[in-house]
Amino acid sequence: MNRLTKLSMLLLAALALNCEAAGKANAQDLIADLSSHRVDITTGFTGADLLLFGSVDDDGDIVVTVSGPRESITVRRKERVAGIWMNTRSMQFNSAPNFYAVAASRPLEEIAPLEVLERQQIGASHLRLRAAAGGKKLLPEDENTFRTALVRRKQAQGLYASEPGRVTIIAGKLFRTQVHFPANLATGTYTAVVYLIRGGRVVHAQTTPLLVEKVGVGAEVYTFAHEQSAIYGLVAILIAVAAGWLAAAVFRKV
Amino acid sequence: MYIYLPIAEMSVNVLTILAMGGAVGFLSGLFGVGGGFLMTPILIFIGVPAPVAVSTGANQIVASSISGVIAHWRRGNLDFTMGFVLLAGGIVGSTLGVLLFKFLESLGQIDLVIKLCYVVFLGVIGGLMLLESVRTILQVRQSGGRRRKLHQHTWMHGLPFKIRFRKSKLYISALLPLGIGCFVGILSAIMGVGGGFIMVPAMIYMLGMRTSMVVGTSLLQIIFVTANVTFLQAISTQTVDVVLAILLLVGAVVGAQFGSQFAVKLKGEQLRGLLALMVVAVCLKLAFDLVVTPDDLYSIVVSQGG
Repeated sequence: MNRLTKLSMLLLAALALNCEAAGKANAQDLIADLSSHRVDITTGFTGADLLLFGSVDDDGDIVVTVSGPRESITVRRKERVAGIWMNTRSMQFNSAPNFYAVAASRPLEEIAPLEVLERQQIGASHLRLRAAAGGKKLLPEDENTFRTALVRRKQAQGLYASEPGRVTIIAGKLFRTQVHFPANLATGTYTAVVYLIRGGRVVHAQTTPLLVEKVGVGAEVYTFAHEQSAIYGLVAILIAVAAGWLAAAVFRKV
Repeated sequence: MYIYLPIAEMSVNVLTILAMGGAVGFLSGLFGVGGGFLMTPILIFIGVPAPVAVSTGANQIVASSISGVIAHWRRGNLDFTMGFVLLAGGIVGSTLGVLLFKFLESLGQIDLVIKLCYVVFLGVIGGLMLLESVRTILQVRQSGGRRRKLHQHTWMHGLPFKIRFRKSKLYISALLPLGIGCFVGILSAIMGVGGGFIMVPAMIYMLGMRTSMVVGTSLLQIIFVTANVTFLQAISTQTVDVVLAILLLVGAVVGAQFGSQFAVKLKGEQLRGLLALMVVAVCLKLAFDLVVTPDDLYSIVVSQGG
């Protein structure tokens, strides 16, 4: 019930955004949708691929970004102290997206100037990541190194796109792109944004929500562990005791 | 064949996990160590988040220890009196250890303390055991298997509160096993392991117990310590992944049975030598990681979701 309300609220929000945009340009300029608005993390989940498709009435370039729920990330740096590598400095970034993917019909730098990419946060290196205030005062170049490190580590985990994916435009009208979600995906609400960029300016943008959820046995185990943790702990121990006993009993006869 | 782990939030190959559980279970049955000091680093290596690795490792060790204890009990290699005296010390120690853990955490650098603990204890214990077992093996070869005294008498035997441990053929102060249990309890709370790799040599060299008796008795104590850790982690951090634990323990309980059967075929000093080699290898690996320049000086950790 709860997830349905969440989803419908998001759809409404997306709709409102569309109407607002429709005031400025023709509503038919850009239509886009996802092959599915949810990713179910089942027991056999090994990642998912969604198709994002749509049509565009004008020329221009299509850029698609998909970002995951925001989280707070601490970046730590190691230094050699007495021959041993230890964490010496750290910086916290609040509200960094958990997941970020981008796809474009041409290389990003050919589509729009840097200021536009930065303003719209298009491309992993253009994400607006701010270090949390507090702690020691840090130089701007430090913040930059830590930010780059965050993006680099996320890319290594497969959660941030290293290279923009391809958006294929067919006959100048229809476009499509494949968005890949890795197996280490976090649950929550994701947002896909489709931009129509012409002459280096964003002329149209459409937002589509996407829900990533655990379903089936996995979801039940997770809920059990969080809502009745004492019983869950006892059950975990009992399973272990039973398994140990069973193995010993089986091997006695052998 | 892949399966998604609901708590670790990642998907893993079922066969890999079964094989890992089996290998660690085999060593656990063979040496009487819970295997936590191997399992936890391996789980972290394949990408399981560290807290989930520690808690789930503890859960799985409960199963392999029970399987091992029953196997050793059938062979009469279990000293219940000794096991429960050690356990009493272990409960006191792990409580102290949790307090110490919190204190170190407030200072920062808990990760480094854990790693240094591993390197120091694995290094010292492994090195000493390796020396001793090599010496014994050489002596036995030279003298053609001359029977040694059960144990040497030292100042430890002058302590009060003496108890007769019939199974172990020992008449020593209860303070000794209590102290060892307590010390191991502190370390296991800090290092997130059952503590068998410290307990086993301590019982052999400090208490003078027979190696065959030590293994089962050590496992008995580990059951309770790891069950306690599992429960505390489940209620405080929700990091026990039952799906991962079941996969690991299916492999581990089977492995532990083979391990304990294999243990009977080996001589005490050979068993100790092999355990020592393994302990030293893990120690060297950890020490190497501390000293070698990491691929990326930066690391990220999610401090808080949503």
